[in-house]
Amino acid sequence: MLTLQCPYCGVQADETELSAGGEAHIERHGPGSSDEAFQEYLFSRENPFGVHFERWRHSHGCGKWFHAARNTVTLEVYGTYPAQTTEPPADIRKRISGVAPGWTWRFLG
Amino acid sequence: MSETISALNNAGFSGLVRIDETGLQGMITLRGDLSLATVKKVATTASGAAFPGQRQITVSDTGALAWMSPDELLILCPYEDVSDRLAKMTKSLGNTNALAVDVSDARAIFAISGEDARDVMAKLCPVDLHPEVFKPGEIRRTRLAQIAAAIWMEDDDTFRLICFRSVAQYAYDALKVAAAAGSAVGFHAAQDPA
Repeated sequence: MLTLQCPYCGVQADETELSAGGEAHIERHGPGSSDEAFQEYLFSRENPFGVHFERWRHSHGCGKWFHAARNTVTLEVYGTYPAQTTEPPADIRKRISGVAPGWTWRFLG
Repeated sequence: MSETISALNNAGFSGLVRIDETGLQGMITLRGDLSLATVKKVATTASGAAFPGQRQITVSDTGALAWMSPDELLILCPYEDVSDRLAKMTKSLGNTNALAVDVSDARAIFAISGEDARDVMAKLCPVDLHPEVFKPGEIRRTRLAQIAAAIWMEDDDTFRLICFRSVAQYAYDALKVAAAAGSAVGFHAAQDPA
């Protein structure tokens, strides 16, 4: 069972208390963008074997969206951080590099 | 004027623990930036309780003040006082970007009391209810079986629970099953060092 700490209310929230929100840090491309960029935004998703960044919502708790960095293979959770950011904070990336050297994820790594 | 009644009209059940729907309870939701002095003052004045920290609930003679999320507070007060207090709150808030709403009739409130109360609640909620972890004074919004609920402890043997009125019967039924006679697990009693 996945347990994530909600960065807003601080509780160790069980997976069943949360709602999954898909991949994190997707850059939106709307009207006026190129077809390629729009297609990328709409359909292209990572399906990593390892480090992954996701959006979650504490839907049965405080109701806030947040981000989580975790490993899809080991189920290790590297950390959670608020939604108001376009990329993972440096301390979480450093922590990941410590335990999973050479990791890559989209534009990161 | 029709007579207002609560969701389950004070239904009660005795099993492992006592479960009561405790009737009409005034509840006011206050949403806004909780770091603003105006919002703090309005909340503490309306509830008569101290301003709560993260996940805390503070109690006064006539009500309570609960931290529900980083931008939401819940004020508990007598049902008949709601419109007065709400009018004062709205006036005091003035142009502040905050919203106070009467949610008394949108919610249901229960009391779960007895020595096995922690066990009964732990059967339904994915929360660590160990006496050293979850204590009176903390409010936890969580999942109760399939619905959202907020729980806190009045004292070491009594939980209070708030859920939406529309799911009050579900909450009551789920609690009754968890508190059915013969279903004691004695988990938290075994944890007690005394």
